[in-house]
Amino acid sequence: MLERAHILVCGGTGCTSGNSKKIYDEFTKLLKENNLDKEVKLIMTGCFGLCARGPIVVVYPDGAFYQHVKVEDVQEIVLEHILKGRIVERLLSKEREADGSVKPFNETPFYKSQHRLVLRNCGVINPENIDEYLAYDGYLAYQKVVTEMTPQEVIDVIKASGLRGRGGGGFPTGMKWQFAHNSVADQKYVVCNADEGDPGAFMDRSLLEGDPHSVIEAMMIAGYAIGATKGYIYVRAEYPIAVNRLQIAIQQALDYGILGSNAMGLGHEFNIELRLGAGAFVCGEETALLNSAEGKRGEPRQRPPFPAVKGLFGKPTLINNVETYGNITAIILNGAEWFTQLGTEKSKGTKVFALGGKITNTGLVEIPMGMTLRTIIEEIGGGIPNGKKFKAAQTGGPSGGCIPASLIDTPIDYDNLIAIGSMMGSGGLIVMDEDTCMVDIAKFFLEFTVDESCGKCTPCRIGNKRLYEMLDKITQGKGTMEDLDKMEKLCYYIKENSLCGLGQTAPNPVLSTLRYFRDEYVAHVRDKKCPAGVCKALVSYEIIADKCVGCGLCKRGCPVNAITGEIRQPHVIDPDKCIKCGACIAACRKNAIKK
Amino acid sequence: MSKEIIGTPQQWEQLEKELEVLKNEPGPVMKAMQAAQAIYGYLPIEVQSKIASTFGVSLEEVYGIATFYAQFNLKPKGKYTIGICLGTACYVKGSGLVIDKFKERLGIEAGETTADQKFTLDATRCIGCCGLAPVLTVNDEVYGNLTTDDVDKILAKYND
Ligand SMILES: Cc1cc2nc3c(=O)[nH]c(=O)nc-3n(C[C@H](O)[C@H](O)[C@H](O)COP(=O)(O)O)c2cc1C
Ligand code: SF4
Ligand code: FES
Repeated sequence: MLERAHILVCGGTGCTSGNSKKIYDEFTKLLKENNLDKEVKLIMTGCFGLCARGPIVVVYPDGAFYQHVKVEDVQEIVLEHILKGRIVERLLSKEREADGSVKPFNETPFYKSQHRLVLRNCGVINPENIDEYLAYDGYLAYQKVVTEMTPQEVIDVIKASGLRGRGGGGFPTGMKWQFAHNSVADQKYVVCNADEGDPGAFMDRSLLEGDPHSVIEAMMIAGYAIGATKGYIYVRAEYPIAVNRLQIAIQQALDYGILGSNAMGLGHEFNIELRLGAGAFVCGEETALLNSAEGKRGEPRQRPPFPAVKGLFGKPTLINNVETYGNITAIILNGAEWFTQLGTEKSKGTKVFALGGKITNTGLVEIPMGMTLRTIIEEIGGGIPNGKKFKAAQTGGPSGGCIPASLIDTPIDYDNLIAIGSMMGSGGLIVMDEDTCMVDIAKFFLEFTVDESCGKCTPCRIGNKRLYEMLDKITQGKGTMEDLDKMEKLCYYIKENSLCGLGQTAPNPVLSTLRYFRDEYVAHVRDKKCPAGVCKALVSYEIIADKCVGCGLCKRGCPVNAITGEIRQPHVIDPDKCIKCGACIAACRKNAIKK
Repeated sequence: MSKEIIGTPQQWEQLEKELEVLKNEPGPVMKAMQAAQAIYGYLPIEVQSKIASTFGVSLEEVYGIATFYAQFNLKPKGKYTIGICLGTACYVKGSGLVIDKFKERLGIEAGETTADQKFTLDATRCIGCCGLAPVLTVNDEVYGNLTTDDVDKILAKYND
């Protein structure tokens, strides 16, 4: 029987932590109570992307996009919308058409400029039900390659599509497949890199949570193309929902005979096993990942030999990122030419970004390559909150760099980002406003890399530590102008002499902030000031006597009793006691405290 | 093989069962350690020796793996583990201030456990809820959009 309405509840990580599971259960209960469970279909989907406004519930056929839904709202949605057909307006977005009617959600600025190719099924199907994936052309691409194409023809299509690796490096995917195909061995492996270590990025997780079968199918296609019968997915242990959905998906595919010794009954074997990471960033680097997947310490290996020659358990191995695999079935079904129409000359297709930091619409966005940063931030992202000014965007995480406001019109693709000293990275895009200190951010990333360096080689282990110490000195107001030059030299030395990508790229955040925000470094060193007011050693708090009404709120808020004053008299802060926590600024209603 | 058992007999039995299953797998050591930690909450040295002897590797190798990865604990954790996200999105939105306040309130540094074994304070990497930044978890419960004012409220909630 065909249902008259569909209710989609987001089951991505963001909305789940906002209680969407309870919302789902409440819908189940109320639909049953009202005898609606046969006519209305309730689905828990993957991420819709607009995490900032979660938990999100969408009701079709009207396409009503409910935001910030609470368990208490469910009753109203069921009784008003489902029973009486009256949309619950107060839960809709505030974006209206010129005539005052509600905008369909795919017409809102957040969705309108996006192009959802990799994320096509996220927020559309139930990721825990293989039938829904099958209904959306699932496993058709695998069937097509096995019945109509030779392995070499598959590789040629991927090559012609111009697809480049989405894990950060941007290496042409077709070429990688060719190398693995050309290696001769009794056993080969297909590996999926789902380690997603960039702090502030969650694209791969959302794809795995929202559409796990598309990754499984792509790995099967890769297996056919290179001649491998076994796949491994290496997932971060911090991703319990993704792990769970993958387990379900693999089991369902086995039950349906889609995976197994005679995959889909088409005469080829393919099996997939999960391996869980254990919290080490360097394991995202492909050779370290292979060691870790073998159950060892995740230290990088010397390359060459490359994984395509000698990889997992010493056998030829193809290793691609989750999002890279996410493109494969669409390319096979629609053809290489279709794919090349999207994007720029050397970067085809789309890219998924995790938009975060000081931006109104934090969440997951997928854009065609070549879109400018301005469109992403101002249109899709809805601008910077609280009327603040855009200062920079950071891409590529701890390996990347900052894009300053002056370059906001740069079209985003692999080569442009490298040219301006950043990189595409895996897709974290963190927006910073005038309250962000660029020296502090550089220090933040360095602290991360120092922490995560595996310690195998000296330039990375010791060099980055020294670099961190210099940055720390500068944020303490103890830096000298010579330090800036020394830092720069050290950066290049580390880049040239480290063994793996972690060390080779670790100085990038320092170099890029030195390049675009040198004046901020100079302010810290020469004027002993932190212009953004972040570096604690360089800010002091002061109460402006004229503005202070003596209400005593700040005094009560101060954790160390640094504030004194009689009621209705201007208060004062004792700078020796003050720990610069900012509690008084938050407490003051008169804006009387400045730093 | 070491005869000494640790924890309850049920825990030990479960451990032996899980190790048995993994014997036929390629590269089983890390998987075994993850299974063991799920049983014990941490990796007592006796458990590490047991894993080493089961798979014919040295104790040093097991210990080396345990110290390499952030997820393996060599000491028991407190009843509640407070994990504050220091991923970029959270950091930019002030999670550094939140963790400082926890340090001050609990009198411990990140990675440490209070003397009464009640709270462990951890600095974690992005947990994928950047839309709610800054974010923290107490065991499996997620709290988002934090300010330093929430610190005392959260601690009070687990005051049992
Ligand atoms: C320090 C470091 C961390 C990395 N982390 C990841 C990661 O989390 N996910 C990922 O897919 N690739 C990561 N990479 C890139 C991988 O080494 C590798 O290039 C990638 O998995 C290849 O897949 P692709 O060609 O599909 O991009 C990392 C590289 C380095 C040097
Ligand atoms: S560059 Fe750093 S992470 Fe890479 S091998 Fe050397 S020490 Fe390890
Ligand atoms: S950076 Fe904190 S959840 Fe992503």
